[in-house]
Order: sequence, then C-alpha cells, then structure tokens
Amino acid sequence: MSKTPAALVLEDGRIYSGTSFGATGTAFGEAVFATGMTGYQETLTDPSYRRQVVVATAPQIGNTGWVEEDNESLGIHVAGFVIRDLSPAPSNWRATDTLPGQMQKQGVIGIAGVDTRALTRHLRTAGAMRCGIFTGSDLSTPQQMVAEVQATPAMAGANLTDEVSTKEPYTVPAIGAARFAVAALDLGIKANTPRSFAARGITTHVVPAGTTIEQIEALGVDGVFFSNGPGDPATADSAVELTKEILRRRIPLFGICFGNQILGRALGFPTYKLKFGHRGINQPVVDHHTGKVLVTSQNHGFAVQAPAGKTLATEFGDVQVGFSSLNDGVVEGLTCLGVPAFSVQFHPEASAGPHDAGYLFDRFIDLMAASKSAPSSTATPEAN
Amino acid sequence: MPRRTDISHILVIGSGPIVIGQACEFDYSGTQACRVLREEGLRVSLINSNPATIMTDPEFADATYIEPITAEFVEKVIIDQRELGFPVDAILATLGGQTALNTAIALDEAGVLTRHNVELIGADIPAIQRGEDRQIFKDIVREIGGDVPDSAVCHSMQEVRETVAKLGLPVVIRPSFTMGGLGSGMAYTLEDLERLASIGLAASPVTEVLIEESVLGWKEYELELMRDSADNAVVVCSIENIDPMGVHTGDSMTVAPAMTLTDREYQDMRDLGLKVLRAVGVATGGCNIQFAINPDTGRMIVIEMNPRVSRSSALASKATGFPIAKIAAKLAIGYTLGEISNDITKATPAAFEPTLDYVVVKIPRFNFEKFPGADPTLTTTMKSVGEAMSIGRSFAEAFGKALRSMETKALGFWTRPDVIAQPTADDLAALLQDISVPTDGRIYGVERAMRWGATKEQVHDATDIDPWFLDQIELIQAAGTAISTAESLDVDLLREAKRYGLSDLQIAALRATGGDTSLATEEAVRELRWKLGVRPVFKTVDTCAAEFEASTPYHYSAYETDPAAESEVAPQTEKQKIIILGSGPNRIGQGIEFDYSCVHAAMALREAGFETVMVNCNPETVSTDYDTSDRLYFEPLTAEDVLEVIASEQESGTVAGVIVTLGGQTPLKLAGIIDEAMIVQRDGSGIRLPVRVLGTQPDAIDLAEDRGRFGDLLNAAGLPAPVFGLATSFPEAREVAAGIGYPVLVRPSYVLGGRGMEIVYDEASLADYIARATEITDDHPVLVDRFLDDAIEIDVDALCDGTEVYLGGVMEHIEEAGVHSGDSACVLPPITLGRTDIAKVREYTEALAMGIKVRGLMNVQYALKDETLYVIEANPRASRTVPFSSKATARPLAKAAARIMAGATIAELRAEGMLSPIGDAGTLPDGAPVAVKEAVMPFHRFRGVDGAGVDSLLGPEMRSTGEVMGIDAAFGPAFAKSQTGSYGSLPTTGTVFVSVANKDKRSMVFPIKRLADLGFTVLATEGTAEMLRRNGIEVRVVRKHYEGAGNVVEMIKAGQVNLVINTPYGQSGPRIDGYEIRTAAISADIPCITTVAGAAAALQGIEG
Repeated sequence: MSKTPAALVLEDGRIYSGTSFGATGTAFGEAVFATGMTGYQETLTDPSYRRQVVVATAPQIGNTGWVEEDNESLGIHVAGFVIRDLSPAPSNWRATDTLPGQMQKQGVIGIAGVDTRALTRHLRTAGAMRCGIFTGSDLSTPQQMVAEVQATPAMAGANLTDEVSTKEPYTVPAIGAARFAVAALDLGIKANTPRSFAARGITTHVVPAGTTIEQIEALGVDGVFFSNGPGDPATADSAVELTKEILRRRIPLFGICFGNQILGRALGFPTYKLKFGHRGINQPVVDHHTGKVLVTSQNHGFAVQAPAGKTLATEFGDVQVGFSSLNDGVVEGLTCLGVPAFSVQFHPEASAGPHDAGYLFDRFIDLMAASKSAPSSTATPEAN
Repeated sequence: MPRRTDISHILVIGSGPIVIGQACEFDYSGTQACRVLREEGLRVSLINSNPATIMTDPEFADATYIEPITAEFVEKVIIDQRELGFPVDAILATLGGQTALNTAIALDEAGVLTRHNVELIGADIPAIQRGEDRQIFKDIVREIGGDVPDSAVCHSMQEVRETVAKLGLPVVIRPSFTMGGLGSGMAYTLEDLERLASIGLAASPVTEVLIEESVLGWKEYELELMRDSADNAVVVCSIENIDPMGVHTGDSMTVAPAMTLTDREYQDMRDLGLKVLRAVGVATGGCNIQFAINPDTGRMIVIEMNPRVSRSSALASKATGFPIAKIAAKLAIGYTLGEISNDITKATPAAFEPTLDYVVVKIPRFNFEKFPGADPTLTTTMKSVGEAMSIGRSFAEAFGKALRSMETKALGFWTRPDVIAQPTADDLAALLQDISVPTDGRIYGVERAMRWGATKEQVHDATDIDPWFLDQIELIQAAGTAISTAESLDVDLLREAKRYGLSDLQIAALRATGGDTSLATEEAVRELRWKLGVRPVFKTVDTCAAEFEASTPYHYSAYETDPAAESEVAPQTEKQKIIILGSGPNRIGQGIEFDYSCVHAAMALREAGFETVMVNCNPETVSTDYDTSDRLYFEPLTAEDVLEVIASEQESGTVAGVIVTLGGQTPLKLAGIIDEAMIVQRDGSGIRLPVRVLGTQPDAIDLAEDRGRFGDLLNAAGLPAPVFGLATSFPEAREVAAGIGYPVLVRPSYVLGGRGMEIVYDEASLADYIARATEITDDHPVLVDRFLDDAIEIDVDALCDGTEVYLGGVMEHIEEAGVHSGDSACVLPPITLGRTDIAKVREYTEALAMGIKVRGLMNVQYALKDETLYVIEANPRASRTVPFSSKATARPLAKAAARIMAGATIAELRAEGMLSPIGDAGTLPDGAPVAVKEAVMPFHRFRGVDGAGVDSLLGPEMRSTGEVMGIDAAFGPAFAKSQTGSYGSLPTTGTVFVSVANKDKRSMVFPIKRLADLGFTVLATEGTAEMLRRNGIEVRVVRKHYEGAGNVVEMIKAGQVNLVINTPYGQSGPRIDGYEIRTAAISADIPCITTVAGAAAALQGIEG
C-alpha cells in the first residue's frame, strides 16, 4: 500500500492524518459521513455527492473492487474519499478493476488510515463543514492548509445542478410493452432510477435541468419525475418554477431527494440545512399512508420544513407530510391532496441500499393511471 | 400497535443443559426476555432444568421451575400456576433454542395448549414446521423465486440410494428436526453414504433425512432478521463465514458484517431473506437464514432458516449492540419495531438496521483432545464447545484478537515454533493437502503454507477460503515481517503491527526469531510499547456508526495510526470501580457456571454502590450483555488486553481492584501479572499506577496450586491427603507407583478439567501412559497419586472472610472417586454422610480456608474412604458447582463472595439476609429439599474417522458440557428428575441389560433384584447372568457383541432395550465389548449407567 502521507484538514482547524490512495494532489469539498456498510461504488458515482468529501464509516473499503456495471452515473462525483482501511486486493467475480485503480484513473483523491470514527463523531457534533485533502508534496503547514480550506465556497447557497445534469436529452426504453412515459428532470439522476422505471414498463425521457414546460408537454409524457441532485435547494429557482407549472397542469409528479425539496419549495415550504445530514442505507422512515416502517437509502444535507400530522393549505390545495424520519422526525416526503403529486426525501431506487421503498414507483404509476382514466378528477395517492 | 392487553401471564421455556449446538446463548436470550416481560408488568413463570443459568435466579421470574423441559412437566407447571390462582395466558418458546421449540410442538401435539387455553406467542406451529421441515421450506423458497440446492427428502435407505443415483456424489445428509446439525454430514463415497444416512435417519425424531446437492466450498453467509406484528422487518446483521460451505456455521470462523459482497449482491440477499421470513410466516421475533453463493458465478441459494432466536442471534446481538432476544420478547407481546427504543442511543427507535464501523470476528473453541479417537474433521455436524468473539477497527485487528482469545496452545500466528524449520517442496505439498481438510486450527496451516511460499491461488484451491481473507493474512504477515526484520523497533513499526492485530506476545516471538533477545518476552515488548506511548484507544459499539450519541458504555480496543485518534471512555469519578474478569470462551471444564458467578458479582457490587466493569470475550454469555455491568469491555482475557483495560479505567476514575477468582482458571492465571503490574499512564507523564487484586491474594492462589506448598500446609494442619509422587520417566514412575500401590491416578502436573488424567491399574498400563504422555519434562513431571478406589467423593463450596468460614454447599458424588467431579452426578445435602463426617468436612474446610488465606470463595474436593477424609484438592476460586450450591440452598454464594472481596464480612452478609442468618449448608434442616446435579455428556456428537462412536465411559478426565438439576423432597424423585432433564426419563418398565465387572457383581445384586421385582425383564451376558441366577433373579442370557448375530448391541439398536447397566471391566475383561454396548446405548438414546452407585441411584429414581 502507498505510504505517501496525506492529511484531511477541516475548516475548523482539525487535522486528521493518513496515507494517500487513488489520485494525488489537493481536493476540496464539504466533509460528510456516510454510514452504509455496502455500496461504496454507488456512493462514489452518485451525483448528489458532488463537491462533497465522503467519509465512509464502514472500516474496510475496496473489498469488492470496482464493478463497471454497478456505476450509478458516468463517473465518480465525490470530491474526495476518506476511509479507515483500504483492501488492496478485491474479491468479487464481477470485479473489473480495483477501487484505487479507478480513483486514480478518474483523478479522485483518497486518504486512508484516518480515525474515521473520531472524525464522524466530530462532524456529528460540529456539523458538516468544508475540508481539504492534501497529499504528498501538496502538504504544507497546518495554518496554510486551513486557510486554503476556509477560502473555498460553502455548500449552503451552492447551485451544482448544471455540473451534473445531462447536456442532451436521452431516452431509456421500457422493458417489454411500454405502459407509460415519464419525463425525468436530471438534477443529478442515478442510473437505477430509469432502470426502476423501465422494469415497470415505463419509458423514461431524461431531460436536462433547464428544460421548459413546453418542451415537456411536447414529449407527451404521462408524468414528470424530479430526480435527486447536489447543492442547496434554495438556489433551484428555475426547477421550482417548472414544478409549479406542472402542478397547475395537474400532470402527475413524483420527486425524490432534491426533487422533494423542490416540490416543497413550489408548495411554499422553506428548506434548511441539516447539521450533519442523513447519509446511509439504514434510515428508518414511516410511510404515514400505511403506518409501515421502511428502511431507506438516504443522502441529504438539506430538508423541507413542514409540520407532520397536519393538513396544510397551499396554493395547490391541501398537502400532508407523507413520510417522516423515525430517527429525528425530519420531513421525508410530501403528499399533495389537491393535485396528483408526491415526493420523498429518500431514495426508492436505492443503489446503494435496501429496496423497501421500491413500491413508490408503483404508487407513481397508480397516480398516472388514475390521472389518465379520469383527467379531471382530483387524483391523489390516497385514492389508490 | 401497543402491547397486547389480553396477556398477563407468560410461561417462558428455557433451553435446559448446555450441549454442543445449544449453549449459554439461550441463557442470555432467556434472561433478556424474562427481564423485559417483567418490566412490562407481566407475570412470568419459567421452566428450565439448568441451574447454572442467570435466568433461573429467583429475581428473573415470578415463579421459577427447575424441572425437566418436557411437555409433561410444562403441563404440570401450567396446572400448578392455575391452582395458585395465576392461569398461564401464553407460552414463549422461541428464546429457548431447539429444546423449547420442540417442547412447544410436543405441547401442541399433546393438546396441552388447547386444553389449558394457552396461546403460543412469538411463532406459531405451522410457521415452525414451514421453517424446519426441509422440503416444505425448499418449496417456499422456490415459490418466492429463490434458489435452493437440488435435493430429495428420504425416509429409508432405499430412497436415499435412489436419490444419490440421480444427484451424484458428493451429497449432504441432513436429518430433520435436530439441533446443531446433529447427525448430518457429507458423503463422498457410497460407503460414507450408507453410514451417514443411517445415522441421520436414526437421529431424526421423524426418521427423515434430506439428501442434497453439494455446495461444498461455496461462500457462506447468514442474515439475522426481525419482524413485528405489523409486518415491519429489518436485517439486524450479516455474517460471512471464513470457512466456506461444508463446515457447520457454529464451527466456522465468521466475520460480521459480510466482507466480500457488493451492495447489489447484499441487497439481493436481503430481499430474499425478507421474502423467506414473510413466506414462512414468522409472526413476530427473530429468525436466521443461511445462504451460499457460488464464488465463480454468483448463483445464490438459500440453505436453511431457524424460525427462532439462535446461537447466531446472540452473536449478532453482541456484534451490533442490537438486543435481538429482548426485542423479540417485546414484539411477542404486541409492540412494533417503531415503538421500541434503541437502548444504546435512547433517542432512536429499534426499527432500523444496525451499521457497524468496526469488524467482528468469531472463532469456535473445540475440545477434541478430550475425546481420543474422535475424528477432528469439521463437517456439517457442529462439534465446537464454545466460541470467542472480538471487535477491531479492521479485519486483521479483530482476527488477531480473536485468535488470542481462544486460550489454545497457539495464541495467534508465530507464537508456537514451526515443527519444520526448513520446509521442502514436499513439505509444502503435504501441508496443502492437510489444509484441504477443515480442522480446528486449520488457519495456522493456511498462514504457514503462505509463508512457505504457496501462492494465494494454491491456498484458495486447497481450502476454498475466499481470496480476500487470504489477502488479509498476507497483510498480517507483512506487518510481522516488518517486525522481525527491523534493526530496532520504533513507534511507527509498533503502531503498524498493532493495527494489524499483532499482540505483544507475537511481536516478542517475531523479535526472538530475528535474534533480538532483548525483546524476546511479552513483558519486554510491553515495556517498550508503553515507553513509546503506543497504546490502544477504546471505541464504542453503538449500532449506528457514530451517527447518534451512544449512552451505553460498550467498548472495545483499537490501535489507530492517526494522531487525531480518540478514545471514548467517559470519566466516572463518583464511584469506585471494580473490574471483573470473565472466563473467556466456553470449553469443557470451564463453561457457563463461571459466567454465572461473574454476572452475580456485577449485580451485587453494583447494588453495593460500586461501578462495575466487565471484561470478557464470550459472545454467548449474560456477562457480555451491555446491561449486566455499568461498563463492558469486549476484549481478550490476556495480560496485554486486560492491562490496557485497567489503564483505561484508571484514567477515567478510581479502580478499587480487580476480581480474578470468579471466572475460572482464565482470570486466575492473570492474578500474578496484574498484582505485579505498575501500569504506565498513557498521558506520557511517566506515572505508574499499581493494581489491586481483590479477595484471595495471588500468593494464596499460588499456595493452593503449588503441590509442594500445599502439601506443607496439609502437613502442618494435620490433614490427610492421598500419597503421591512425581516422576519424569517411566522407571521413576514405576518406583513411585510401587511405593504407593496400584491403582494409581496419573496426570500431567498442570492440568485443567482432568486433562490427560487416567487411572492406571498395573505396571504395563503405566508404561503405556508414560509413553503416550509426550510432554513430560523436568519442569512438567507426571503426578502419580494413590487412587482411592470405591471412596465417596465430596465437593465443598465455602466462603471465607478471614475470620469466619461459611459452608455454601456440601455435595456428595453419586459416582465414586475416579470419575471427574464435573462428570459425576452429585446430591446436596449429602445423603449418606453422618453428622461426624460433616463435622470433619467443616473442620478441614476451615483449616484450609484459613491456612490458604481465602477471601471469597473456595472449593475443596474430599474423598472419604474407610472413615478417613482425604483432601484431594482445594481451589481458592469460584467453582463449577457454585450455581448449583446457590440454587439448592437459595443463597447467592457468588454475590456474597464478591461482597467479601469488596470488604464485607460474613457476619454483615448474614445480617443483610444474603447469607443464612444462622448456620450454613452444613446445618441444613431435615426437611430441606434434596437437589441432584447430573452432568450431560456430548458423546453422540463425536465419531472416529471410521465412523464408530466414541466411548461413553466416565473417567477422571472431564467431558461433560453441561448439567441439569432435579430438586424434590426426597432423593429418589430428585434423581429421577435429573435423569429426565439430562437424558430423557428413566424407564419405569421394560427391559434392562446388565453386564458388570467382577468387582461390581456383589454390589449389583440388590439393585437388579429390585428392578426384576418391579417387573423389568433382565438381560445379561453369561457371567453376569450366572451370578444373578444364583441370587434368585430370572435372567435371559444374550450374546456378547463379538459372539455374533442377535447379540446385545443389535438388540439395543433395534430398540429392544430400555436401560443399560454396564460397568467397565477394568483389566479383567474385553473392554471393547462394553464400549460397543455403551456407544449403542448413546445412539439409541437410552440411559446407560456405568457405575454401581449410579445404578443404585437410578433404582431410587425409578421407584421414586
């Protein structure tokens, strides 16, 4: 293993030391911790982690190498990767490369040997913050490195959508006969989302973030999907406006993660930054429609502010908090009663993570079906 | 969904004696369940025949029945409770292992549940059957889209042969409804098939075996799942087996979480697991599902499920901090996962999946050395007797800690010299051949093969161990090589070695190999390490990888290289702390009984105002429940690890002392080291702190263990002991034995549990013994003792505070001297001892306790022969019988011992009511109940390489795994209960086969005559028959085993015999015949009595 020294430097002046793996140099981003025990590859390739330095709490990383077909996007999005122990030799029958090999090829910097638990405990208490990874000859004095970190932009107020959204629209065909067609606004979409639609007989038109309502209408889709994505939802004004247009037209809408925050804003709710966010694949959420608990995959640093358990009047009719986190009560989903729209803060497409919430794709299908058969009725998820 | 309001009284069924495949993990789960149910305000009744359990302590249930776990006795409990005005509403049987589950099925079949309107909660009968019936289960898996090995259920050998003709060899044979894989195995040849399938058919209560496609060598995984009544389900833990398919998971080294699955594969496994859970219909509670994955194609198949809390659940609970049994109990009474809070974080609910930021390794502990002739190959039948678990921040660290937790001869790689110093290519080829067969300690061979130049591919081809684990071993080797080749050791080298789990002892061994004599001892390495400030940090098991704050101090050590590393032990300055050292992995001779005493110490000292700190590495136990003590350190019980725990506790408060006398020999061995240690504070100040051992001091412990010093004490006090001598060669031994007179008891000088001990009747056998005992040296001579033939053996547990001695239990052995005390049945109060005998026992015990300077518990073994009371040995520590003595006399001896060690006097404890206000167990009133302890033997688990059973003869080497207690107003019924609890009921009618040694014939006449009078048909071999006839007993003569067809062994196998009385012939007869008879009895599951005293006791039981 490499013995090139490396340091993780936090904006509050804390420094954690280890050795470099993957690419070398300097990387900046927001330090966040993710608690999944599997799925480091899906995490690294999830566009929502754009400009974030991910700290893996699972201590043994790289065990299964790199499996090309498990990528969630075209490449690695994280700004840096912080781990406890790197497995130099992967073991998996599908592996096509090693983790450090891929990181090197894609120019992504990693640091191993960090007391990731101490770091996680610190981030939990002090909150997610800016950080930098410095390796080898890029290492300098602590004062110098901290100053460099403090000079980088903060995540709050960051608009990263354009960095991750597709430039050209593309279509992922349904598997078998197509039942519906959906326009998926790419705010940082993961590959498993169109796959999840396709498996259910839905054709997905993935469209760039700047797509207009007219362009969407021209596609003749049955519903619109708002994907996950990085950045501060407070900056996503154009997506919010688009959402309002869709709601006005009563086109069935389903949003996840960033999409949930955008729907929240369109409905008039504020969003806020969580102290250290929810990033893991063991997050319990209660579905208020059924009372059942789902173990979900989550990755969000921002959340919608809305009171659970009440019916809330909005410009688009009544709205309820549809899902809540069992850990801390954070809003994990919104359900519109007056228009055919709902959203969740977590990831029903999983990858990485459990498939407990996969049925929400079916709920969206039901919404589209109801809307199609009775376009004038006020279809709601509860009606299904 | 809140708790059900229609249930107010629950009967919990325990798991009975500790046997292979069902050990103290069910005491842990049962104890948790009882605690939870009572906290919920429910009335709890409990039935369990095992006295050495915490759950059978009076405070854990409203009514505790120490009775055999059979449908008959459970019904009696139901009736008794109703008559007392407390009708039982429900039975909880999913926390008592296979025993409880089988009893639940029997209760249902016998109509008991309907008759008394009692509901079975936690699992229903159809769900149990769907989970445990292999064919139904496979059908279910196929229906939900899962894959299973091809197979067929067979009920006869004919069906077995037809199936194999289709599937081809090898095949796996799995009998239905047995626990711990009993009777299962892998058949490579048609001969194997005939043998294993017939054993399997016999082992299955429904004469059913599954013949299955071999998935030998595939990757093996387990998931632990939970489901509530609202159909919420979570996966608590994933476990990966390092030993691939083909080795029973209980015998495999395992790691949690799974190390070599991508998210995609893991989620597929999770999906399938949840589907299985729902389809089988485990209504609420836990279950465990095993999977196999083809390493080349990824094909995943479901192997089996346990629709109940299992051994793996205990491991998963300790590995994750998620208390499966506790939550299962809450789910059984109606709560849902979302309503139950996570104990560790308090702030979050139990409806989540634990995530680990550490690695857990479990390694099984075996005792093959106690069963000469037993085949040590690991198969699908579980053979391990215990396990240790370890936690580290990396696999390598956890693995190193687990290896040194085993207390085997080797304590991690390189701690024993290689037998071959300069291996040749042939040696390597032979080694690769060796490691292709899974055995205890194979991993040492794997490491050696790689060191000898084998490639990872070669080792993988030989063992099927996943390359990832082999790669980890290579990393550990690299860390080792860096140590052995370095000019001198510095901070970086040491830290790196520690990070890969190397112990000080391993580092010393490596330095010695490299020629560095200054660092050739563990102590020298420790001094250097302390000087350089290379110390572990202590992290917390918190279920959530630090996402939320943890309020439960459940710690493990880890070495970090990051200078910003952090230790999480919270300061505690208000209370004095007492550290209790546990007993490590269970093994024969040191099991749950010692954990019981440690747990009691924690409870009593916490109540007395101390902060209690537990150190142990056994995941099956109550002591390693994070609720038991104020702080738990899950650490190996080695000097190195224990000293670091003490250091950590010294830093965070004041340590009053360390208790080393309750956990058996494991902590006792550390007494001297701890006593002498001056621990360097981690802060770099150079300050050294001493440590106090509480209770009996190390010098007193040494006095009792040192043969010479102990002999001087006996002489001075005028206490007789059997004559003995030491020998380092056969001529010396011959001389000593001649002086003492045969028979003599011979043994190595440092032994545990009677290891290597034998009774020798003549010179030829003595020569044979010396020839076999290869480890004799001048430092480790052989002890030759006079063997007191036909003496009555007496076991005493006593407390001493320095001024007073309290007899905690005086037990009379039922088998005569020569049978290891752990294997002998015993009775309390003694039934044949007179007042003067007891007075003498008291007098001697007082002299010993005062002479040794015992502060706390002591156990003494005496032999009474011809009016002389001989002192056999005295152990200044809690003994195996402490729980039995405590239960039989209703006095918590281990609690009292802990209090005495912390400064209380016996007089104070009498005044508190913890001990009897007046008198003690030597002065029990006439009407006191009689308690009988019976040992439970594991013989049916072991077979020779030829497939023959191992001999079940009792001897001076302990081989029992557990015990039961029978308690009643008189000896007869108490003994009968002890037999029912351990072996199934004694027959009250039927056929008895008798074959006894000449020396025993006279004493056998009366009991056999009485059996005949009771209506038993008596069968005997010719010599015995002749003698019985002369005494007017009607006898049928049967042929001896070697006399051909229709012989007694065949009759036993055919189920025509209900009771066997067979005493060994000593030197006078064909022992092999007795061996065949006894092993046949074991496999036919009928009582087999091998001593005269046992026969007399059985008779009383049958009459009782």
